[in-house]
Amino acid sequence: MSTAAVVPDLVPTRVRAQGRGELLRGLRRSKTFIVGSVIFWWWVFCAFFGSTIAPFDPNVGSSATLASPSWTHLFGTDQLGYDVFSRVLAGARSILEIAPAATALAIVAGTSIGLLTGYMRGWVDDIVSRLVEALLTIPLIVLAVTIVVALGHSTVTLIIVVGILFTPLVARTVRAAVLAERDLDYVPAARLRGERAGYIMFAEILPNVMAPIIVEATVRLGYAVFTVAGLSFLGLGVQPPTSDWAYNISQDYTLILGGNYWWTVLFPALAIASLVVAINMIADGFTQVLES
Amino acid sequence: MVRFLLKRIALAIVTLFLVSVIVFLVAQLLPGNVGRNVLGGFATQQSVNALNHQLGVDRPILVQYSSWISHFVQGNLGKSLEYQVSVSSLLGPSLLNSLELAAVAFVLVVPLSLLGGVVAALRRDRLTDRAITLTGLSLTATPEFVSGIILILVLGLALKILPTEASAPPGTGFFDHVYHLLAPALALTMVLFGYIARMARAGTIEALDADYTRTAVLKGLPMRTVLRRHVLRNALLPTIAVIATQMGYLIGGLVVVEKLFNYNGIGQRILTAATNKDFTMLESSVLVIAVVYLVAMLVADILYAVLNPRIRHAAAS
Repeated sequence: MSTAAVVPDLVPTRVRAQGRGELLRGLRRSKTFIVGSVIFWWWVFCAFFGSTIAPFDPNVGSSATLASPSWTHLFGTDQLGYDVFSRVLAGARSILEIAPAATALAIVAGTSIGLLTGYMRGWVDDIVSRLVEALLTIPLIVLAVTIVVALGHSTVTLIIVVGILFTPLVARTVRAAVLAERDLDYVPAARLRGERAGYIMFAEILPNVMAPIIVEATVRLGYAVFTVAGLSFLGLGVQPPTSDWAYNISQDYTLILGGNYWWTVLFPALAIASLVVAINMIADGFTQVLES
Repeated sequence: MVRFLLKRIALAIVTLFLVSVIVFLVAQLLPGNVGRNVLGGFATQQSVNALNHQLGVDRPILVQYSSWISHFVQGNLGKSLEYQVSVSSLLGPSLLNSLELAAVAFVLVVPLSLLGGVVAALRRDRLTDRAITLTGLSLTATPEFVSGIILILVLGLALKILPTEASAPPGTGFFDHVYHLLAPALALTMVLFGYIARMARAGTIEALDADYTRTAVLKGLPMRTVLRRHVLRNALLPTIAVIATQMGYLIGGLVVVEKLFNYNGIGQRILTAATNKDFTMLESSVLVIAVVYLVAMLVADILYAVLNPRIRHAAAS
């Protein structure tokens, strides 16, 4: 490789490396980011080891049904005698399997479409943009419900459905970022060098639109948790007896209206809330640092 | 302005056409033989075929689509496969119920979130701002059934100030009606608050930083006048468009909230239609929702055009 080819490559690498160090330093200063990360990683830990550290087997009931919180059952038991505390610990797994996988799918597909439509423009862009707009007119959860019912619910279906439904949203964000980049000097320069479109999109433009993509990914992860939990609540998520926060709530919420069995739903509800809030704190941290 | 609106209407019609194609294709995904689903496993093959023929589902897909859409345009939404009555007779009351709930949520969320956003902008980067922004962000991210559950537990069961049933007993007055809708409407409000407030905050900050605001302050106008006449007028205009786009979410949120509060609205209709594979019901409900959404967007566009002098006066030129 000649030196002439090496030098232009070196410069952006160094700038990027410096940018990364700065990003980390900025994040370490952000209190919201740190608090959010601690909560988030706690739930990730539970997703892996929740069933192991749980005091009771989360999938085996006992005769002590609907017991109120006590030292034996910290969060009480539900109508099948499951220990709510153990169910909450073990319930982190299903949502943290589905939501991140769906987000990854949406980010990869959406980034590709966004790069393509933003860089190519023309009729491809027109058609895709119009389709995206039409798709956004139908409430996401309505589409998701229909498709999940049609395909039958399994973990894989949920990942694919939520991933595909989020793709246009990601594509829109990436497209907007690409539009701002494509007229900067380095893009025509690459074109004049004779680079192919694929190289320009993925090797030249992509690294420069990483910041909005990172923010989009964290925000999207929050919405993925939101959507997957909603579908689970509607009874379209994981199959019982696997513990799932939203599904547990949907099973027990009718109880609280009659008797006072608040602990059966409060704790899984707080678990979901803490997870989504944590993800949004992380997203907020990224936004603050990347935009300052 | 007329041109602006005509363009918007034309775009809405194109979008509606695409939506109808998407809805139709998605509904075709619902597996199973329609006649078999309606008649059950013990019916003879002949009667299943006869019903399929009578319903027209044995025709080619394109023919089915064009007959569905041409009937829809004429206001004939078809016949529910599950209940064997016209879709509109079931959908009408549900849609009204949902619009009622959405209206209550709307009346709550718009002033609250605008106020939140403007206050946050005025106290930018201070504690109040961070508190409003983070609370809004967290509420927006929390699924509506989670905030709904917490509302039921706190306001309904612990403090006993709100009813936990969304439907008022029959024969009660308007205020009782609204009172029963408060809890589900609050659940929807909590989700919408963060987004609208964030937009209002961004708009206000932009207006506060603008040169005309600096001029207004420097020429000695009282802060109150500057805010009312210069900042808010410019800041809140774009927010109207944002509020309109949230209609789509609002309707989607109804599916979950209506189930949680056991409220007979269009969300419940769609959910049961999907799970029972009542696809005439499903197709028409979803398309009705899309129509409602596009009408809302159009109203927002008109409002925006009327309030924005740049567009209002463009008609003269």
